[in-house]
Amino acid sequence: MSVLSPLLAAGRPALSHRPFPRAAVDEAVWRQAIAHLAAGEMTLLSVWGDAHQIHMALLEDEPQAIGVLTLPCPDGTYPAIGSAHPPAIRLERAIRDLFGYEPIGLPDPRGWLDHRDGTDYAFLPVTGEGLHQIPVGPVHAGIIEPGHFRFTCDGETVVRLEQRLGYVHKGVDELFMNAPLDRAARLACRVSGDSTVAYGIGFARAVESALAVSPPPRAIWLRALMAEMERIANHLGDFGAICNDASFTVILSHCAVMRERVLRAADAAFGHRSMMDRIIPGGVAVDLDADNRTAIAALATDIRTKFSDLTALYDRTASLQDRTVTTGILKPALAKQFGAGGHIGRASGRGFDARKYPGYAPYDALDFEVPVLTKGDVNARVWIRAREIGQSLTMIERILRDLPDGPIQMPIPRGSGEGMSLTEAFRGDVLIWLRLNAGQVERCHIRDASWFQWPLLEAVIEGNIVADFPLCNKSFNCSYSGHDL
Amino acid sequence: MLKFLREGLRRPLTENRPPPDPAVAALATTLNAAAQKRLGHSLAIRQVDAGSCNGCELEIHALNNAFYDIERFGIHFVASPRHADVLLVTGPVTLNMRQALERTWRATPDPKWVVAVGDCGADGGIFAGSSAIVGGVSSVVPVDLVIPGCPPSPTKLLAGLLSLFAD
Repeated sequence: MSVLSPLLAAGRPALSHRPFPRAAVDEAVWRQAIAHLAAGEMTLLSVWGDAHQIHMALLEDEPQAIGVLTLPCPDGTYPAIGSAHPPAIRLERAIRDLFGYEPIGLPDPRGWLDHRDGTDYAFLPVTGEGLHQIPVGPVHAGIIEPGHFRFTCDGETVVRLEQRLGYVHKGVDELFMNAPLDRAARLACRVSGDSTVAYGIGFARAVESALAVSPPPRAIWLRALMAEMERIANHLGDFGAICNDASFTVILSHCAVMRERVLRAADAAFGHRSMMDRIIPGGVAVDLDADNRTAIAALATDIRTKFSDLTALYDRTASLQDRTVTTGILKPALAKQFGAGGHIGRASGRGFDARKYPGYAPYDALDFEVPVLTKGDVNARVWIRAREIGQSLTMIERILRDLPDGPIQMPIPRGSGEGMSLTEAFRGDVLIWLRLNAGQVERCHIRDASWFQWPLLEAVIEGNIVADFPLCNKSFNCSYSGHDL
Repeated sequence: MLKFLREGLRRPLTENRPPPDPAVAALATTLNAAAQKRLGHSLAIRQVDAGSCNGCELEIHALNNAFYDIERFGIHFVASPRHADVLLVTGPVTLNMRQALERTWRATPDPKWVVAVGDCGADGGIFAGSSAIVGGVSSVVPVDLVIPGCPPSPTKLLAGLLSLFAD
């Protein structure tokens, strides 16, 4: 029995919201939704602020459904979701920072993206005999993004990790407001650079939904080609980097070479190594010619052969297995509660993949499997990546074989409306919601998969040794920029 | 295993040294012959992400792969600003990273050079005008060289870094 549809039916439907229903509800219905979330009957997809109202996007598994509830908050307050459902807490702290709305009952009064409290920020107290703290960051030792990790340890065992994020907060929400469509599309491609294709697709799909238009088939297939190339490039980088953190550099070296070859193929075919700005509302910016079609097919064959050697090497290297097996276990119940996406959810029994559900073209026409494991350790997250590379290669081969002919763009009308999309980036589902007004973006909310993955990293490291944190962290590979906005 | 290792060693992947990039050289505002002489042919770089979208970081990472193999030029990345000659700074500098960037700069021993990377590092790029950012890198610490691009390719990065050396 659906719990979502009665909630939507109890409200006033928004007429121009596509493709999922949205309804303005009263506080009683809002509280019912929170109770269903707390009972594990639905998954929170996101919560965000808007002019004098708060929206929450919900996912129901059985029967599968997605919907958005809107609560007006004319006095600037609303009942906090995080008071009963912890996955909402950081998002609601961000709403307070960015919009000034007070989530009544939120258990955490501290800022999140707003760092104006500076060094007065109060980390959670940890008490116990012989505990010591290790503060790390925001500037880290490697070439990575900034964030602060506060480890509390008993000897070398981590008893608690507390993250402080928001260092790369760039005011993305603010920059979207009243941005013309072309500028907004470029901005979306720069929310998390490693997922620029997925963000480009997510933004374009949200715009196309809002305006009820569909780009030509060739454009949709080329988008998937770029998305799967991006997924392979990132998974190769992660696979190598995780092995490198266990001091097995030979795999990193070979993965880095393969990754570079993917980026060069992208550059040759589409004119940009990371394919930034190649996805535009209405289609794609560049077409694929015959030579590059052949070159990418040859590269896919080459990677399939070489990567299977690498996974075999990983599988029979005891020193690697010793570091990754049983390290950093994410329990399936937590993955489900937080709606963990991508390899993090799929290594812990949650098989959600936006390409399957809600699904979007051309993935309905492509034959692929979503690998799911249940052990939830670093090793499982490594294997999910390895299997996804295999699936993506198969999809690329199929796309190159059956790519439809025809135009690659359609003109975008100067319209108004609300659109929402869920797009599967390499690290999980990205939600993009926007409202267009006469060809401009009035409001755009973006929720990276990392929002629900970062808090789980705190849970995963507990009871592991400090030296295994890099492995746990790399096996997650959450985005800082995508989260900090 | 042996077959696999041989495959990796079969032919060199390494690219030739990139030619000097006139666009980058023109931006080497405060660099002079004395500085170049002082650096010789060894450069320790501390990378600082002061607000980037992480696109630049991926290309900086690529400098270490077998195609670019940056260490053959005497350039290597270090884990602490205290070991560094050069700070390689990306991103529009966010309000929230301003202090960390200033402190990293102060922790780097003199003489030191700052290289701003990417269109955002140059002037804030697409994020210019946001109330959450300070601006380009030069609005917080003195910048000696700008390597523009969104993101700059590894070849561009390499050409820019090599311009720090005297010929």
